[in-house]
Amino acid sequence: MAEADQASEPAPAPAAPVEIKAVPVRRPGRWIAGILIVVVAAALVKSAATNPRFGWGTVGEYLFAPTVMDGLLKTIELTFLSMLIGIAIGVLLAVMRLSPNPIVVAASGFYIWLFRGTPVLVQLLFWAFIAALYPVITLGVPFGPALLSFDANTWITPFVAVLLGLGLNEGAYMSEIVRAGLLSVDEGQEEAAKALGMRRMTTMRRVILPQAMRVIIPPTGNETIGMLKTTSLVSVLAYTELLYAVQLIYAANYKQIPLLIVASIWYLVLTTILSIGQYFIERHYGRGTARAVPPTLLMRIWQSFSTWRHTEVDVPQQTRHGL
Amino acid sequence: MSESMVKAEAVHKRFGRNEVLKGITLDVAPGEVMCLLGPSGSGKSTFLRCINHLEKINSGRIWVDGALVGYRQRGDKLHEMRESDVASERAQIGMVFQRFNLFGHMTAEQNIIEAPIRVVGTKRDVAKAEAKVLMDRVGLGDRLDAYPAQLSGGQQQRVAIARALAMKPKLMLFDEPTSALDPELVGEVLDVMRALAADGMTMVVVTHEIGFAKEVGDTVVFIDDGAVVESGDPVSVFENPQHERTQAFLSKVL
Repeated sequence: MAEADQASEPAPAPAAPVEIKAVPVRRPGRWIAGILIVVVAAALVKSAATNPRFGWGTVGEYLFAPTVMDGLLKTIELTFLSMLIGIAIGVLLAVMRLSPNPIVVAASGFYIWLFRGTPVLVQLLFWAFIAALYPVITLGVPFGPALLSFDANTWITPFVAVLLGLGLNEGAYMSEIVRAGLLSVDEGQEEAAKALGMRRMTTMRRVILPQAMRVIIPPTGNETIGMLKTTSLVSVLAYTELLYAVQLIYAANYKQIPLLIVASIWYLVLTTILSIGQYFIERHYGRGTARAVPPTLLMRIWQSFSTWRHTEVDVPQQTRHGL
Repeated sequence: MSESMVKAEAVHKRFGRNEVLKGITLDVAPGEVMCLLGPSGSGKSTFLRCINHLEKINSGRIWVDGALVGYRQRGDKLHEMRESDVASERAQIGMVFQRFNLFGHMTAEQNIIEAPIRVVGTKRDVAKAEAKVLMDRVGLGDRLDAYPAQLSGGQQQRVAIARALAMKPKLMLFDEPTSALDPELVGEVLDVMRALAADGMTMVVVTHEIGFAKEVGDTVVFIDDGAVVESGDPVSVFENPQHERTQAFLSKVL
């Protein structure tokens, strides 16, 4: 009876929840790893600073040299134009691959097989020697009269050869990326557009492609960064992009290491800029999705560093409202 | 009511060797609300999708507002319609999907004005003004700038209805519009559909909502195994089903 009475008494007002203050688990492994890395990094910095053969003075001397600047511009130009060609061909091949016409599908498959199956360096050499294969390039009705003829040696300049080599090869890779993007868009989107009376091209342009972009952009960013570095292959064709420009200089002054550092610095600067650009493009095409765009590498490093110290730092997150 | 809004005659549809529709014949008068009921896999959704040519039929004929769907009759020969002609037929038929299918990269307003601008050629500011009216009508006048991911299922479906209405359709098709919704969100969508029916819209509704069919439907059609088993006004079909398959189905869902 007494027990029952106790039970029926009104419960005491709930106290405010007590925040848990526990002693964190010791993680000596993290400390050891951290210290080790810092020590090794310090040793590397010291070596780089004190080894005279790095030739930092020479690096500074040539970093903004006109020849290097000219090579840098050509590298940027090549990267930009060959990606443009690659993306255009990639979209075309991807749409062809999804066509109901089997011959169109086969043509797209053959292209991808050919250009993905041979090294890009071999393709570049082929384009450089195209005049040996087709001294005169003729446009006209197949098996019929010719309409236009070009002399291959005058029209396929080193620049055109390089552009064709890089762009046509890139198209094969881009097509797979674009195709994956198109397939990632829910079929219901196309149906809804159809039901509203939209035609296939409008549906593709206004509904499917913009949503496929979210899947297409990140690997395209990688491809662009890859392309930036692949342009250095062109140096074997004696086209004066960044790498060949510094090679020309060190062929004369024998300061190979400092000049390769000059080239590397510029490649790093460009890839960094491209990565930042990619982040903003991704954020743009991520609009309307609840998922936040992942933080950049720098943000991630800062975040992990700050959680390590058990402090909370808000990493800027994409709000659900998008841009 | 001389002319039917939808007239189907012996409609057959196969997927490979699987015959999904085995000769469906029915009539929907202008302003009528027809509810299609039946077990899943019975072919009712497929039939709905044939009405706006999202599925091609294998035999039979469907007319919407007197015009043959997807084909053109010249003499005794049928010619497939060109894509642009199919598109303009579809533009006059609104459709609401089970999974809403709102364009995910567009706000509610952009979803609604897209087709009027791109298909009809409506001026942007006119389309926007109409979008506002439609969003008010479905009770979401303050959510014009919301992306689909920011809306609940019920709200998304109401935007989807507004998007279909923006094309000023003469017929609305609903493909299980409440089946993907949490139970507490079903009511808000049915309210919008009820209001639409009261405004005199011709509607063909595939649904599992017996209550809605009973209250709003002018005709109830029970479909099983690709064929119409029984049809009539809701009271007679629900209170006094003639066919044993209808009775069996109703005893499970009621």
